[in-house]
Amino acid sequence: MSGSADRLPRLLALVPYLMSHPGAQVGEVAEVFGLSEKQLIDDLQLVWMCGLPGHTPGDLIDVSWDGGEIVIDNADTIARPLRLGIDEASALLVALRMLGAMPEFAEVPGDALPRVVAKLERAAGEGAAAVSSQVAVDVDAAPDALPRVRDALNRKRRLSLRYYVPGRDEVTPREVDPTRVMVVDGRTYMEGWCYRAEAMRLFRLDRVVGVDVLDVPADPPADAEPIDVTQGVFRPSPTDELVELEVSAAGRWVAEYYPVEGVTELGEGRLRIALRARDEDWVLKLALRLGDTGRVVAPEAMAERVREEAERALALYAHRS
Amino acid sequence: MSRRKTERLLNLVICLLATRRPLSAEQIRQAVPGYDRDGDEAFQRMFERDKNELREIGIPIDVVRDPWEDEPGYRIERQSYELPEITLEADEAAVLGLAAQVWQRASLAEAASGALLKLRAGGVATDPAGGGALELRVDTRDPAFPALWDAVRDRRVVRFDYRSAGSENVRTRTVEPWGVVSRRGRWYLAGFDRDRDAPRAFRLSRIIGQVAAVGRPGVVEVPPGVDVREMIGFPEEPMEERVATLRVRQGAGEGLRQLASVTRAGGGGWDEVELGFSDPERLAGWIASMGSDVELLDPPDAREAVIRRLKGALA
Repeated sequence: MSGSADRLPRLLALVPYLMSHPGAQVGEVAEVFGLSEKQLIDDLQLVWMCGLPGHTPGDLIDVSWDGGEIVIDNADTIARPLRLGIDEASALLVALRMLGAMPEFAEVPGDALPRVVAKLERAAGEGAAAVSSQVAVDVDAAPDALPRVRDALNRKRRLSLRYYVPGRDEVTPREVDPTRVMVVDGRTYMEGWCYRAEAMRLFRLDRVVGVDVLDVPADPPADAEPIDVTQGVFRPSPTDELVELEVSAAGRWVAEYYPVEGVTELGEGRLRIALRARDEDWVLKLALRLGDTGRVVAPEAMAERVREEAERALALYAHRS
Repeated sequence: MSRRKTERLLNLVICLLATRRPLSAEQIRQAVPGYDRDGDEAFQRMFERDKNELREIGIPIDVVRDPWEDEPGYRIERQSYELPEITLEADEAAVLGLAAQVWQRASLAEAASGALLKLRAGGVATDPAGGGALELRVDTRDPAFPALWDAVRDRRVVRFDYRSAGSENVRTRTVEPWGVVSRRGRWYLAGFDRDRDAPRAFRLSRIIGQVAAVGRPGVVEVPPGVDVREMIGFPEEPMEERVATLRVRQGAGEGLRQLASVTRAGGGGWDEVELGFSDPERLAGWIASMGSDVELLDPPDAREAVIRRLKGALA
């Protein structure tokens, strides 16, 4: 909220904030409002020029920030913030309803969730309740592994996992110290320190084939960094190989399903897709699955590998057709 | 927005909130600094624009038409302006903090943090850090999302170009939006398709180009009893009615073995596996992806579909 177009809404929140937090520090208020101290003081100077009609000193809002402590007075007219807008209330209500669909929250004692929903609906206009029932985020059923993962998190224990990796079509055993549970776009993930990879990893819980809580305290390295999922759960590394595919209309799902680097329309529904591949096996599987609805264009060595594997597979079928 | 204009608008809000009786445009012009220097027409235009800007940020300006007066009067009613008194218990604040960090993209993330800021300004103790060991994220990456959110909110008909699954053709659709739903990381629009004259669901990732709002707001009525989630259906979980027999190389095909109903050790380094399925093409895609580690033996239609794919990959 630092743009000039947002300034009026910000001032209409700033004044009530200062009224309800008398003696607040400049630095602390600047942080709450996402401003530099200089911007905040500029806001305070603007507020100080405003007030009731008449604009005698007795009508104007009185603000001081001596010694970094902000004191505001004579601003009773705008002492309360503006009520929540439809978008503001709906953004929270849709998210709260999504939480409501999750088993973890059905168990929260004292029904905090429905209480918050009721309070917010009251704080917003009528429109917000209607919109928020028309926008919904489905959450997958809790994976079987979740209770044990949460148990390990609560008791700070290490987990022994058997984890399915579809790209390699393998189940791998791993020991993991869990650090967080995340629900991203309706799917449940566990973040943890993986002793096999010696790194922080995300595990999709519906791909956990087996899980046991070990009688070993979890002890992830102190300098292990949490994984940033703000740009999506799967972020290809820029060092992964760039692969180019051409798909027909029936193969366009690839561009919807995987994160892609670039997509070019070739006409008649055909697409050229550039994507970064974590490993060659994954590309091979994708190309075989696509069959005549798509092919690898580059790199050539990858295209050759696809042809070789298709030939080997067809040999299986040839001797019995 | 210039500093002078921000000042004028803030003074206008204070003036309209403070007044007990509605003020005429002329009275407002006298009372609010910044209006006083301009000619009549310039003032009228400026005042119109200012009212619109205040309404856009959600400030309710009442227009009162008194039969005894020529000019309408304006004021802001405190009750509809002010955030009602709210208090949150600690557990409620924690849940709200969790909800506020769900959205990943600009429009809704800003709306959520704006709401939280208003609540804090109103003296409500919120918990911006959220809930510690649990985190929730929803991405609205589809470019069509913001326009459809607006259309659902404003109950407005939309028009967009859409390519059906696997189709070469792009068609323009005119839709009364009933709702948007996220399922398994994908967003869908549910609504009434005016061209097909029937309820339909659309995947946002298949919308091409801009979503245009058509006609006036407030037109769309969601029929009672419509469940937008149900309209999206569960296309990814059909009933498994048929059984396929496969030969799987030992040590390979882990994912397939996890789902197999019967596994028999066979000779020569191969196992025989039985697997339920419904759509032979879907099954064939999966089996083809495993290349020379799996041979689909039966039924013949699924076997042919695998062979066709492998030949396609060879070409």
